[in-house]
Amino acid sequence: MTTIYSAKKIITMNPVRPEATHVAVRDGRILGAGSLAELKGWGDYTLDERFADKVIMPGLVEGHSHAMEGTLWRYTYVGYFDRMDPNGKVWSGLDGIEGVLDRLKEADANMEDPDAPLPGWSLDPIYFNNERVTREDLDKVSTTRPVGVMHASGHILNVNSKALEMAGLLKTGLNNPGVPLGKDGLPTGELKGPDVMTPVGIHVGFDRDMLACDEQGLVDFAKLCVRSGVTTATDLAARLPDEAVEMMSRVTARENFPTRIVPLRFHHGVTPEELIAHVLELKKKTSDRLRLGMIKVVVDGSIQGFSARMRWPGYFNGAENGLWYISPEHLQQIINSSLEHNIHIHTHTNGDEATELVLDCMEEGLLQHPSRDHRFTLQHCQLADTAQFRRMNKLGMCVNLFANHHFYWGDEHYNLTVGPERAERMNACATALENDVPMAIHSDAPITPLGPLFTAWCAVNRLTASGRTQGEAEKIEVDEALYAITLGAAYTLKLDGEVGSIETGKRADFAILEDDPETVGGESLKDVGVWGTVQDGRVFPASEL
Amino acid sequence: MTQLIPMPLTVIGGYLGAGKTTLVNHLLRNANGRRLAILVNEFGELPIDADLIEADDGDVISLTGGCVCCSYGNDLMMALVDMAKMNPRPDHIILESSGVALPGAIAGSVSLLRDYVLDGILVLADAETVQERASDKYMADTILRQLQDANIVLLNKVDLIDDAAKPALNDWLQEKSGSASIIETRNSALPIEVALQSFEHDGNFLADRSTHSTSQFETKFFNLTNSVNVEVLANELAAASEIVRAKGFVSDEEGELKTLQLVGQRYDITKAPENVEAGLVVIGVKPLPNLSHTLTGI
Repeated sequence: MTTIYSAKKIITMNPVRPEATHVAVRDGRILGAGSLAELKGWGDYTLDERFADKVIMPGLVEGHSHAMEGTLWRYTYVGYFDRMDPNGKVWSGLDGIEGVLDRLKEADANMEDPDAPLPGWSLDPIYFNNERVTREDLDKVSTTRPVGVMHASGHILNVNSKALEMAGLLKTGLNNPGVPLGKDGLPTGELKGPDVMTPVGIHVGFDRDMLACDEQGLVDFAKLCVRSGVTTATDLAARLPDEAVEMMSRVTARENFPTRIVPLRFHHGVTPEELIAHVLELKKKTSDRLRLGMIKVVVDGSIQGFSARMRWPGYFNGAENGLWYISPEHLQQIINSSLEHNIHIHTHTNGDEATELVLDCMEEGLLQHPSRDHRFTLQHCQLADTAQFRRMNKLGMCVNLFANHHFYWGDEHYNLTVGPERAERMNACATALENDVPMAIHSDAPITPLGPLFTAWCAVNRLTASGRTQGEAEKIEVDEALYAITLGAAYTLKLDGEVGSIETGKRADFAILEDDPETVGGESLKDVGVWGTVQDGRVFPASEL
Repeated sequence: MTQLIPMPLTVIGGYLGAGKTTLVNHLLRNANGRRLAILVNEFGELPIDADLIEADDGDVISLTGGCVCCSYGNDLMMALVDMAKMNPRPDHIILESSGVALPGAIAGSVSLLRDYVLDGILVLADAETVQERASDKYMADTILRQLQDANIVLLNKVDLIDDAAKPALNDWLQEKSGSASIIETRNSALPIEVALQSFEHDGNFLADRSTHSTSQFETKFFNLTNSVNVEVLANELAAASEIVRAKGFVSDEEGELKTLQLVGQRYDITKAPENVEAGLVVIGVKPLPNLSHTLTGI
């Protein structure tokens, strides 16, 4: 059974024929792209013209996201920017504390149980002139139920008095840098850092494992993928216990599940030996829409949380250097074993010292276990300098840069965390490409919204939220950005032979677009409309989710 | 809901290979009836000696003498919240931090949980390698911050270095760790009463009013009938790095009885419970400084 789709334009990412008007699909795979006359040669076909006025691109690949974005939408969104939920409703951005409180009050009014917790997410006071939200503010929402609002960065939680009381923290005499105190000696309700957030977070409805994603969350995450043109998405750090793998296998196998999910096993909490053993077991459970068998190693923290490991001269505001989340010995051991067993690793590094450590360990590991095509990928890698990109090239590494970060927190990096010069080199897409380092760009959803076309816009324009261009020299061209969100990301997952371009033999994974990203202009990339997706030949209109 | 008495928690820190796991096993073997709960970052290379294990139920390993061992993975705070629901509750929690963790930060987080009270921070230093680690390109500041956080530093594996090298190493550690108490150990062997403070609130620990000693440690009892400035007393005890622990009830200048608890350079002064008698037990490395002036002359 062959279906030939016509389109206004098909962007193939295949240099042999970069553009086409028709694509033929059989058994969920691509027979070929070209003209109708050419494709007729494959035999009987049905001509499907529903995309005749659309632009078709290869299904977009999100190389660094977390499926928990689907779960978060069950909480009240209070972000500064407009954001679309899994059901397609656009929640308007809120530009002040009053607006945040109003939305929470509305949610409160809709709740029947007066004691049930009310969690909100994606607060970002840096857009309210850094005016802090206090427990007194949140007490205006409710004094009977615990209320808690997670910041967009995921590093700070604001709670009301009831929540503090339930956690036993509504008292004087606390002495912890993560718990600022008001003039009355009581906590202000702001809680900074995961260790401080957890004991209160459980009372306001934030689940025990923030990175975990349940069945409904996974289904909702997949809806967001369709709405943003994504057909393959990573779930970049999960512990993947048997019950989670069973759930994900079952859900992704459903005939109407629209996304190829690539979960990576988080290194934490097990020894390097156990980690390798677990991933070798997971590899056996891999399926078409659930690709298992990769490892994510977290090396340091975050730059805006001042927990990233920085080389000299460190943080611009003089903050103490960040934290290692793994010892060099364990990192070396995981890298060596993974090279030996042909297991694919992605490493989280934010600070340039953490990146340097990974490069050192790779150099050593490759001496012991030479590997011609390991594609180990540095994720975030936000502060790498040119010399480090040259080393990545020599070591055969890939990079997935956090282009969105630049827009959301670029101003803060310029003013506070790393200072002007390093802020301009952050997420150095142009340097990566100049040095032939295979590159992807990412959203880290839910930290920033899932949407590779927006991510491409970020990398092309390098605008910050305040409207400054930050790092002119690191801008990339539209075609480079479009490559990064398709084949570029697919390459970092070793899926470039299957997805990422529209050419004979590959998966029939398409992003169906309302506009042509190649001609709208770089400044409009983020506004390109998404009709939906085709995944493995199955059509998923966003309007019918 | 009645508030239960908080459980004392001791943080054990130090870099990979310093002897943290050996110390945990040593304490389990010498628990003397205390039901210890061990929290480890990972179960790897099984952290507990096989002969101590009674049952391995996955997330919780049951050990001899009512002790348990749990792994906290990437979510220490959640594990602590869960542990507070255990019935019966353990007598003492020993938290073995990962080799790269900063034990002071962990202690700061623990202080927010009403079910726990921090006993102290023990940091192990491998006598053979600690100075080299402390100048490592990547790990130097982490090692130094771990030492800074310590109330007690165990200079471990001292049998593997020359006696002649010890004084300089001790001086260096003293400088890096502030006024922490420094104890030389082999195979992480340490009497449990030095490693862990007992937190009975009824004053029973003062029943044995004797002074006794081993080859390395000395325990002295002081009968404190006079009133003192408790803060000044605590400061003097803290400044003497030979004194590892002190605990007791001291009458302050207003004649009110206070509880004084000290580990290394850190101390707490709180209101004493009802029906206890004055007295102070001091444990330290021999020879203890002469404290009679400090304790009676103020």
